[in-house]
Amino acid sequence: MATAPSPSVGITGWLASQVANLGDTAIAAVAGIGDVSVFAFRTLGWIFARRQRRDVLIPCFYQIGVMSLPVVALTGLFIGMVLAVQSYGQFKALGLETRLGSVINLSLVRELGPVLAATMLAGRVGSAMAAELGTMRVTEQIDALESIGANPIYYLVVPRFLGCLILIPSLTVMADFMGVLGGYFYSHVLLGIDYHHYWNNSRQYVDVFDFLTGVFKSLFFGGAIALVSCHHGFHCDKGAEGVGRAATNAFVHSFVMILVLDLFLGIWLNNVHDFFRPEGPRRLL
Amino acid sequence: MNATAPATAAPRDAEAPPLVQVDSLSVRFGSQEVLRDITIDLAAGETLVVLGESGCGKTVLLKAMIGLVRPSAGDVLFEGRSLSQMSDRQLAHLRTHYGFVFQGAALFDSLTIEENVAFPLREHTRLPATEVRGIVASLIDEVGLPRSVLVKKPVELSGGMRKRAGLARALALEPTVVLYDEPTTGLDPIMTDVINELILRVRRSTVTSVVVTHDMNTARKVGDRVIMLYPLFRLRPGEPQIVFDGTLAELDRSPDPRVRQFVEGRAGTRLMELQEEQARANDSAAHDEEELA
Repeated sequence: MATAPSPSVGITGWLASQVANLGDTAIAAVAGIGDVSVFAFRTLGWIFARRQRRDVLIPCFYQIGVMSLPVVALTGLFIGMVLAVQSYGQFKALGLETRLGSVINLSLVRELGPVLAATMLAGRVGSAMAAELGTMRVTEQIDALESIGANPIYYLVVPRFLGCLILIPSLTVMADFMGVLGGYFYSHVLLGIDYHHYWNNSRQYVDVFDFLTGVFKSLFFGGAIALVSCHHGFHCDKGAEGVGRAATNAFVHSFVMILVLDLFLGIWLNNVHDFFRPEGPRRLL
Repeated sequence: MNATAPATAAPRDAEAPPLVQVDSLSVRFGSQEVLRDITIDLAAGETLVVLGESGCGKTVLLKAMIGLVRPSAGDVLFEGRSLSQMSDRQLAHLRTHYGFVFQGAALFDSLTIEENVAFPLREHTRLPATEVRGIVASLIDEVGLPRSVLVKKPVELSGGMRKRAGLARALALEPTVVLYDEPTTGLDPIMTDVINELILRVRRSTVTSVVVTHDMNTARKVGDRVIMLYPLFRLRPGEPQIVFDGTLAELDRSPDPRVRQFVEGRAGTRLMELQEEQARANDSAAHDEEELA
């Protein structure tokens, strides 16, 4: 935090210390990015270097995929309904309430489905991974792995990375599906919007590309969550406080990564869409 | 042996080359220097006890011996081969010659005791599952644990049982060198002696051992040779960090007041020093607050 210069130090000294602090922060940030990058490359290297054992992969996949399904489905369902609640008034004022399906479903498959599925995964799985690996670091279990001649990245990071990467598309599809269902339920059953027009408008505006965009983005989100969370766990400070901080930072940094990736992937995918499909949208449903 | 050490090492076969050589090793974490210019030669079959007060770098030395901590200067050599020049793969292979017994056992929480002890065998051998189970059972017998623990998770075991399971895992690949990091810390006197007896039993099978401890009973019971490390911040410039290197008999006769204080377990002026340190820290914090104000 910047503080006022004291008379004994003088304004020049104070300015110098502020510049030094800024420099330290910049160096730490660059070193951090470099550290995560090296960690990511080592993880990618181990994916191809040696085949994973099934008895290590299956429990990991179960924890990441199966155990996350209920919370992701519930989130998708409610977000679909909330979108209907929030949009209905605006659309009704314009006499366009039958277009509600298009806005709900488009928002879901392009943005909210993948982002919320990833956020739930970061909260449920990312923090747990950081806490588990952090505890292993603090209790010397990672050192024990190395002392046995086993590679901790191969045993601890690669299964979690593969689990997030492979299973997040399924979780995204589940969030999309439950969101579409929730939006339809609220719009048709509770608001009384005609189902034929609801689906017809959805078909008109939601493209296969929109759906695939969301699923494609989720792959990057899953990979980022696993790498960021495992990195925090691996570099956890000592003690319960260190483990707690690693778990919190894993979620916060994963969430920031999801948002940043979402923006840049969104821009890039829009350009790809315009390049390959200048003729306009294709029907999904 | 450290050339600057004040005492003579245990007599051993001068012809035999050392199995492990710690050559002018220094380790630094950021601005904090933990080990400085440590030189130790470890002969095959020898049991070296590393003594020293908390925070003097004993565990760091042990971890540097197996390549878990990278030196900032100097090197560690195993059978003449430099650890710092080894690739990750070579280092992983080298570690199959070592067994490491961690202070808190460091058993893998998510695995059963059987899976923990079998882990090195599954990682480095292609033995059939039945043979692995047989080896694990014999190791568990060897460290005096009941076979009922095989299906249990580490969290279900007492501290002493976990340490013995950790020892069983360390012995799974029949290592040449076994490193013990404070093997008796936190155990009752009987369990402490059980662990000491197990260390002696392992030693009889011509294994080279390094035992890091601050328990004098353990040192007296298992050691052939003792070195004592001193915390760097308590040393004057130029003083060697190894303040003693010799046999147990020589340790008892050592005139060095730092060695005597540790061996006899006397606080001496340490409490006063700690209070002075605290006062200095408080003054410094108050000065910082004044500056901020």
